[in-house]
Amino acid sequence: MTALVIAEHDNAAVKGATLNTVTAAAQCGGEVHVLIAGHNAAGAAAAAAQIAGVSKVIHADAEYLAHGLAENMAAQVLAIASNYSHILFPATASGKNIAPRVAAKLDVGQISDITKVMAADTFERPIYAGNAIATVQSSDATKVITVRTTGFDPAAATGGSAAVETAAAQADSGKSTFLGSEIAKSDRPELTAAKIIVSGGRALGSAEKFNEVMTPLADKLGAALGASRAAVDAGYAPNDWQVGQTGKIVAPQLYIAAGISGAIQHLAGMKDSKVIVAINKDPEAPIFSVADYGLEADLFTAVPELIKAI
Amino acid sequence: MKILVPVKRVVDYNVKVRVKADQSGMDLANVKMSMNPFDEIAVEEAVRLKEKGVATEVIAVSCGVTQCQETLRTAMAIGADRAILVETAEELQPLAVAKLLKALMDKEQPGLVILGKQAIDDDCNQTGQMLAALADLPQGTFASKVEVVDGKVHVTREVDGGLETLALSLPAIVTTDLRLNEPRYVTLPNIMKAKKKQMDIVKPEDLGVDVSPRLKTLTVSEPPKRGAGIKVADVAALVYKLKNEAKVI
Repeated sequence: MTALVIAEHDNAAVKGATLNTVTAAAQCGGEVHVLIAGHNAAGAAAAAAQIAGVSKVIHADAEYLAHGLAENMAAQVLAIASNYSHILFPATASGKNIAPRVAAKLDVGQISDITKVMAADTFERPIYAGNAIATVQSSDATKVITVRTTGFDPAAATGGSAAVETAAAQADSGKSTFLGSEIAKSDRPELTAAKIIVSGGRALGSAEKFNEVMTPLADKLGAALGASRAAVDAGYAPNDWQVGQTGKIVAPQLYIAAGISGAIQHLAGMKDSKVIVAINKDPEAPIFSVADYGLEADLFTAVPELIKAI
Repeated sequence: MKILVPVKRVVDYNVKVRVKADQSGMDLANVKMSMNPFDEIAVEEAVRLKEKGVATEVIAVSCGVTQCQETLRTAMAIGADRAILVETAEELQPLAVAKLLKALMDKEQPGLVILGKQAIDDDCNQTGQMLAALADLPQGTFASKVEVVDGKVHVTREVDGGLETLALSLPAIVTTDLRLNEPRYVTLPNIMKAKKKQMDIVKPEDLGVDVSPRLKTLTVSEPPKRGAGIKVADVAALVYKLKNEAKVI
């Protein structure tokens, strides 16, 4: 029984979500191998070999693997899939994109977003925006899984010394091509890996106010910035800041929600945070029902005060 | 070009569902059901492509119980031309749905399939990608913009950290994210018109698909409750608590 983790990486280094996925893979009971598929990705492969608990790294390199296109990535995984009992992806935009393609080609069901490994074939996963936890058992020969990273501690990034094996790149599907991307450059921590997140809601009122009020708080705390769906839909914050059922799932040490009422879909994305602070002028706002510390106040005065007081 | 739009009937977005006392599943008796919100966005996008003259026909499909007919009528009220129900009382998992849709694709030969990225009940986020794999077609998931250009579809995708744009050869599978469009309000005349549109009903057996579930749900339980904490009087009290009690700053 061996588990394969499909690493998320930027060719130079592995991303944090990979480490949590390695932990979940190890809990499935056997050895853990990691696949690095990319372009000029020797750096990422070397980093993966250092991860504690990884016994082998498989490195496939080709120009058409550079952007993680689902068609090519899935073909790369399928080429070695028969060696594995479990194939695990982090439940990130990339993992969610590729995993079902692999599962369908193997004619197996996929287990999405697991938060706990109960046995090699039995897993816990949230459903209905986290309002229920399902325990599911797979009858398929290969378990194809996406891992909710907040459910598992990260494996140590160093201490391992796995062998790196080179695999031949599979042919380019030719059906999809990468045209370009707009990835915001930021010195802030990534939302899903941040220790502190400050998140704003519709009460901010405009993109200018959002930036003016929330950014200094994030700067002061070295925090990542998040937003509710209402704030994103209103154009106050970019799409990839959305925290919630259908956006990012986060579990930082400290989550500060300012002007967020707390719809169940938002709570689904942040209620596993260690400490939750809610700042809202509505005493009835549902966000207070999950907040460790609730401050009933106008955010436009409370947030600047908070910045001064920290 | 035909566009196929699969839609799922799910518990309404605004309903707070509860776990059954015996932990066998969710209590869905007398609960309001609606079209999965992401699928509504998919129908809207397909209808807009037809209005632009890119598509010639929009076919809505649903797989599930008899009542899915209501969901299909809603899709036709938004503007789908006709509908197909794959009727079954069996529990359908994403792989089974993808196989049913693949069988319908073989029949209908659509140039595009547009569907929601995930259903808000099982939160799986699998069906579109699985269909793309089974049909051996390219996929553009989590779309926030869809354009048909020179015989290809350009899909702008919401990815971690921002957006990326792909060009896919047609036919292709596209799954929708929230910001793709804002579905129109369905008007009464269009609801009336939708009642007269064609709806075909088939069974999984007619399509030669085995829909048996691959995952067995052992239990469904309430998540651990997070108790409400305390209200603090002012910012100073909050900072004191965060520093000395929670020790997170």
